[in-house]
Amino acid sequence: MFVLVVGGGKVGYYLTRELIESGHEVVLMERDAARASQIADEVGSIVVAHDGCEGKYLGEAGCNRADIVAAVTGDDEDNLVICQMAKHHFDVPRTIARVNNPQNEALFRHLGVDEIISPTRMILGSIEQDIPVHELLHLAALGDSDLEIIEAHLQAGSPAVGKSPSELSMPEGCSLFAVVRDGVATPLRSDTILSVGDKVIAIGGSDCSDLLHDQLIGTSADEAAPVAG
Amino acid sequence: MKIVIVGCGRVGAVLAEAFDSAGHEVVIIDLSTRAFERLSPEFRGQAIRGDGTDADILRRAGADGADVLLALTEGDNRNVMAAQVAMENLNVGRAMAKINDPVRAAAYAELGIATVCRTTMLSDAIQAFVGLKGSGMPSVIDAVAHHHEPAPVAGGKA
Repeated sequence: MFVLVVGGGKVGYYLTRELIESGHEVVLMERDAARASQIADEVGSIVVAHDGCEGKYLGEAGCNRADIVAAVTGDDEDNLVICQMAKHHFDVPRTIARVNNPQNEALFRHLGVDEIISPTRMILGSIEQDIPVHELLHLAALGDSDLEIIEAHLQAGSPAVGKSPSELSMPEGCSLFAVVRDGVATPLRSDTILSVGDKVIAIGGSDCSDLLHDQLIGTSADEAAPVAG
Repeated sequence: MKIVIVGCGRVGAVLAEAFDSAGHEVVIIDLSTRAFERLSPEFRGQAIRGDGTDADILRRAGADGADVLLALTEGDNRNVMAAQVAMENLNVGRAMAKINDPVRAAAYAELGIATVCRTTMLSDAIQAFVGLKGSGMPSVIDAVAHHHEPAPVAGGKA
């Protein structure tokens, strides 16, 4: 397969090396002449030291016979234009763009880029998997006291779902005072029935957060911490 | 008309003032606040610092539903992207991008973005000055196709 790689940064460089390794025909475009010759010293004379955004140079690099164009520069706008030029001006069957701003993904897809790789999104996804959602959020401390404002986001499986605050055994010195439902905050009455998606706001001392956790979030299997009496 | 200009360089600033004094509502965006020093103190429009290719920034600048967006930064690709964001995400009536690469300029006109090419414009003007024929290529190309239903613009001229 003939792959045209545009952008000779770290991604473009390693991509080019790997592609050569797997036996593909590769041309790399890098507009910085010094960087281009540095890479050419290593991978041979497959480096075109020109701006891959410019139609003329894309043509000279053989874009019209490329099977795949991979736009992997550090700039989203450049990658978009490279792919669009490849797709619409040179009829390249498959275009791949690196996207840094995750918000650009939808636009790129809509504008005809075949494949979108977002390192930001991938790292974000990986980080978010590590953050337990089944936790109390400690929103603020109240003055000099030991009291704090705590938020609990009720998920399916929470023991509080379907119950009213009066049916919950609240730790002493802790009170639930509001619920945020569909973005609207209302005072929590003793007959309010809690449901999935509710954000319950509580005030209490830091010593009651374990019990509060059990009442509102529940004890999940992987963190089954028996509550000491 | 509501006109959004991305890039407060010489051309952007001159146009912002011209539209403003003609009574249009003007928002001009640039990455650097220093660029706004080009605007005269009489300019009554809004000057907003930010990345004009970012849909959120454009939206906050009030570009949603604007009649015209002119992308006039130094970067061809930034201009292309700003114009496309405007047309696709922000329901802007017409968008024009300054593209100095003639090949890209022609290609984008076919993709629904009106383009103005300084390279063609200047080289043809200079060739005419010294008595040569020039390229015969238009330096301003109107959009010949649209990604989506174009909104007609009252007054016609951008």
